[in-house]
Amino acid sequence: MNTESAIQHIHRDDEASKLGMWLFIFTELLLFAGLFIVYSVYRYQNAVAFSLAAEQLSVTVGTINTVILLISSATIAMATSAIRLKNKKFTIILLGITLAMAVIFMVNKYFEWMGKFEHGLFPSSDILKSMGNGDTLFYGLYFFMTGLHALHILVGIVLITIVLVRVNNNSLNDDNPVLLDNSGLYWHLVDLIWIFLFPLFYLIT
Amino acid sequence: MSQQESTQTHVSFRDYKGRYKGLFAWIFSTDHKRIGLLYLYSIITFFITGVLLGIAMKLELISPGKTVMDPATYNAVFTLHGVIMIFLVVVPGLPAVFGNFFLPIMIGAKDVAFPRLNLLSWWVYVLGALVALSSLFMAGGPPDTGWTFYAPYSFKTNTNMLPAVLGAFILGFSSILTGINFVVTIHRLRAPGMNWLKMPLFPWTLYGTGWIQILATPIVGITLLMIVGERLFNIGFFDPALGGDPILYQHLFWIYSHPAVYIMILPAMGAISEIIPTFANKSIFGYKAVVISTLAIAFVGYFVWGHHMFTSGMSGTALYTFSLLTMLVAIPSAIKVFNWVSTMHKASIQLEPPFFWAASFLFVFMIGGLSGIALGVLTTNVHLHDTAFVVAHFHFIVFGGVGFAFMGAIHYWFPKIWGRMYNTKIATTGWMMFFIGFCILYLPMFLLGIQGMPRRYYDYVDRFHGPNIISTMGSWVLFVGLAVIIINLIRSAKKGEIATKDPWGGKTLEWTVDSPPTLENFEEIPVVEKGPYDYR
Repeated sequence: MNTESAIQHIHRDDEASKLGMWLFIFTELLLFAGLFIVYSVYRYQNAVAFSLAAEQLSVTVGTINTVILLISSATIAMATSAIRLKNKKFTIILLGITLAMAVIFMVNKYFEWMGKFEHGLFPSSDILKSMGNGDTLFYGLYFFMTGLHALHILVGIVLITIVLVRVNNNSLNDDNPVLLDNSGLYWHLVDLIWIFLFPLFYLIT
Repeated sequence: MSQQESTQTHVSFRDYKGRYKGLFAWIFSTDHKRIGLLYLYSIITFFITGVLLGIAMKLELISPGKTVMDPATYNAVFTLHGVIMIFLVVVPGLPAVFGNFFLPIMIGAKDVAFPRLNLLSWWVYVLGALVALSSLFMAGGPPDTGWTFYAPYSFKTNTNMLPAVLGAFILGFSSILTGINFVVTIHRLRAPGMNWLKMPLFPWTLYGTGWIQILATPIVGITLLMIVGERLFNIGFFDPALGGDPILYQHLFWIYSHPAVYIMILPAMGAISEIIPTFANKSIFGYKAVVISTLAIAFVGYFVWGHHMFTSGMSGTALYTFSLLTMLVAIPSAIKVFNWVSTMHKASIQLEPPFFWAASFLFVFMIGGLSGIALGVLTTNVHLHDTAFVVAHFHFIVFGGVGFAFMGAIHYWFPKIWGRMYNTKIATTGWMMFFIGFCILYLPMFLLGIQGMPRRYYDYVDRFHGPNIISTMGSWVLFVGLAVIIINLIRSAKKGEIATKDPWGGKTLEWTVDSPPTLENFEEIPVVEKGPYDYR
């Protein structure tokens, strides 16, 4: 132990870091749980309008994004194994693919949102107001929930980039992979939330 | 490690010289003790601000009609008082200050599990506070919705709601981070031999609190975020004009904000559970019952939020269920009170200021709890809802319960934190004035509430005048008491007699280390063989 770390009293406890990450994931799930409650209440109250509005969303784009996220979850999971096998190069490749997938997801999302904006479908637009309360709430929830999810994707991108840099400069290696593990957990969480958002907004019609 | 540095770690944490100097040595320190004190100083500052706002409100109510402020100002003042007291003072209160300082020491650890995260949570707290308070200085004026931010007014009002709501959201993050940190610390860093049932009761309550912070705070986070969305983008979640449901907001808000009451009160109960055995020189009566009741309160506390909304419109079934569950949560609280009283039974009690605070805690907490039963009953609730009775009730719990426990805790642990003793005579005088002032201030409000005086009004009819005068005078007595206490403590922190390791005869681990503790708390991690309150 060097003096610097003794002063900062940093001690290493991977088990604790994992536990902390899991607790943090609970809080994230509960954050979205509040929105799922709001969604279910309003879907129950406006069943027909929600159903019709959902048909306006492109299942194709949604499916592509789902597949993208599933692949990226797989690659980051593989990266956690690769680093333990001391295969630095492959770890970097896998993390790179994960990052690329995340960026593609955001690009898709961008075009999807822009399409909606062009049709005048955004909160407090006149077109949406003329369509009635059910549609207003559906699109309000759609933008709010997918927006919050996209924010999580962005955080994930930052996180994975940090991991990538640290793997590259060897400060994250097979002896100390907990940051990669936790980023993987976080990325799975982002994926998991999307797995719920996808049917709620695109599939249930 | 060089010789010089190894001796450095044996000096007190306050004299320790780290990488930074002066103020930076504090605000960039990851030492849990320094962070605890950072919280203490910030919280005391906000507390005094909140108290002054409260005094201003009471001054307005000294006579009917306009006395010192107009209705709009009064609305802003009670909102600020609520926001500051709830989000900035009472919720972080005991866990962030005494939890940070004493949790690691009491479980025999050198620090919390994530020291840097701990520092971050203080920074997030400061950021949240600044954002929330920035609403004061921007055009539009401070928010005027009350601390509950009820929809739809919270997105219709022209005042600066956005910073206040956003600030509360950020503060929620700080609270979550502290909660995660404490739960992990308790799981991972207990000293060898300290199994769960040898853990002192204050850490136990922090454990319960940590879980509530983790499981409840995100809900209010997202709810406040929805209000932000509502104001910025006019989404319509809670706006009836757009199909939204304001009652849903109330549900979501109270799903967090009722458990938040237990975030506040559980560590307070924990501090009382430490103080009473020490001054009774007796092992706590029914240790396991106290532990189980802590967890029971944390658990049942989730399912009672509806009792804030008995008059908002709910189905009969929901009303009965929430009323029943509200009664149930009184049981574990009462178990604790019985255990504290039984601990004092036939004990040779040391009459010192911390004990006075603990004893008066029992008194005010009982009044607060029993008046809570009156509010939990559906029929009386309809009569008492939104009256001064409710204000009196929750001040007896939140100010009486948590505030008294906080004062008790600071008098109890003062010699450990500052390494000096305070003047106990002045402390006792301060306590007495505070306690008497408190009762004069809030007891008349029960009467006013029963007679029908509504809360949050700057004006009232003539027949409420008498009790209001008494109540306002009580606020002055309380304030003088508070000033005496604070001045005494500040003076003693500098000039008091040097304290020994264990001035009160406490048996928990914090009394085995130096006063003030060294940087690493323990030179060697202790091995625990006995229960926490071993007085035989």
